[in-house]
Amino acid sequence: MNLPTLIACHECDLLHRTQPVPSGQTVRCCRCGAVLARTRANYEERILALTLTGLILFLIANLFPFLSFSLEGQIRQITLLSGVAVLYSQGLWAVAGLVLVTIFLAPLSQIVGLLYIFIPLYFRKPAVLSPVVFKMIQKLRPWSMMEVFMLGTLVTVVKLSEMATIIPGVALYALFALVFVLAAVTAGMDPHRFWQQRELQ
Amino acid sequence: MNVSAISSRKAAMIACHDCHLLCRAPENPGAVPARCPRCHARLHTRKVNSISRTWAFSIAAALFYLPANLLPITHTVQMGLPRSDTIISGVLYFIKTGMWGIALIIFVASILIPLLKLVVLFYLLISVHCRSSWRPRDRTRLFRITEAIGRWSMVDIFAVTILVGLVKLGVVAEADAGQGALFFAAVVITTMLAAMSFDPRLIWDALESDDA
Repeated sequence: MNLPTLIACHECDLLHRTQPVPSGQTVRCCRCGAVLARTRANYEERILALTLTGLILFLIANLFPFLSFSLEGQIRQITLLSGVAVLYSQGLWAVAGLVLVTIFLAPLSQIVGLLYIFIPLYFRKPAVLSPVVFKMIQKLRPWSMMEVFMLGTLVTVVKLSEMATIIPGVALYALFALVFVLAAVTAGMDPHRFWQQRELQ
Repeated sequence: MNVSAISSRKAAMIACHDCHLLCRAPENPGAVPARCPRCHARLHTRKVNSISRTWAFSIAAALFYLPANLLPITHTVQMGLPRSDTIISGVLYFIKTGMWGIALIIFVASILIPLLKLVVLFYLLISVHCRSSWRPRDRTRLFRITEAIGRWSMVDIFAVTILVGLVKLGVVAEADAGQGALFFAAVVITTMLAAMSFDPRLIWDALESDDA
């Protein structure tokens, strides 16, 4: 039923005949310019290394102090998720839930899901349910907003530093690094290759 | 890659929405929804009810946009002086105190991006309704940008989250989130869902029936 030598652009539906693509190249639709495929050398190793780095940074970002705020001799130290708890206690549970999903649950599921897929792939072992997990990762991607959270943090830090002393914690630096690692994971993904490998198994 | 200037729909094929595998369209459509042989997702030529879903989410977002901007997003008390800020009064306050950079970030992320997103989505919906064949490549690019920038509207929600987390010093300084935050979060979610529901292939479908 499938026609392996043809693919359709997912944005304008134009049919293209496929050819093997040398690694390091990006293939775009010739009508609308959408990225159809992106090939990278050492694809599995790269994603696995980045995801492991991401997991370590994610743990540091959530377990260590994030920011300290001191004014008139009083001091308050928070972790990454303290704000969520405050929003929840103020009755804004929907906003708290949204923030929890976008800065904690979605990135964590992405990292854990990627490890679940890429560790067996690296050791050439089959993984159960990996198509389901892969689809989950793809669908969660727009809801994982670490880089936006980073900008929001900078806004508040600059704003409050006018009136008080703000001391950045280890978690802030970990978050900063994590933003770049997650961006590299997204840029390095090759869904086309993942599905082709499934077909060969 | 070589071009055969024809869409998969015209060639009686369906590209799987999840894994992009190209499959032959079922002979009798509507009987049982066909599934992708590779990833077992349901096969659809176009996203299901794309136009009505995009309209619904966009209209909902436009309705949420008003209370999001009119209701206060933060309540702060500093040295016994209470103060409530909407998104706009916050931007004006930053301009007054000389924090131009922050004023610009909040203005772009919280006011400009949601508004532009809604304008673009309404325009794309109307252009698909009218079966417009005007600059489809640019309209697809417009959609791609709209989809990509939407998430940056969350900046204000995150800034408020950190503010209410940090500023908890009793009589010295206190900060609480206002109801505006709830509506603003609703704007961000509904505009993101609206962009996800829109199928850019509909822009190109209008071109095909012209040469048919």
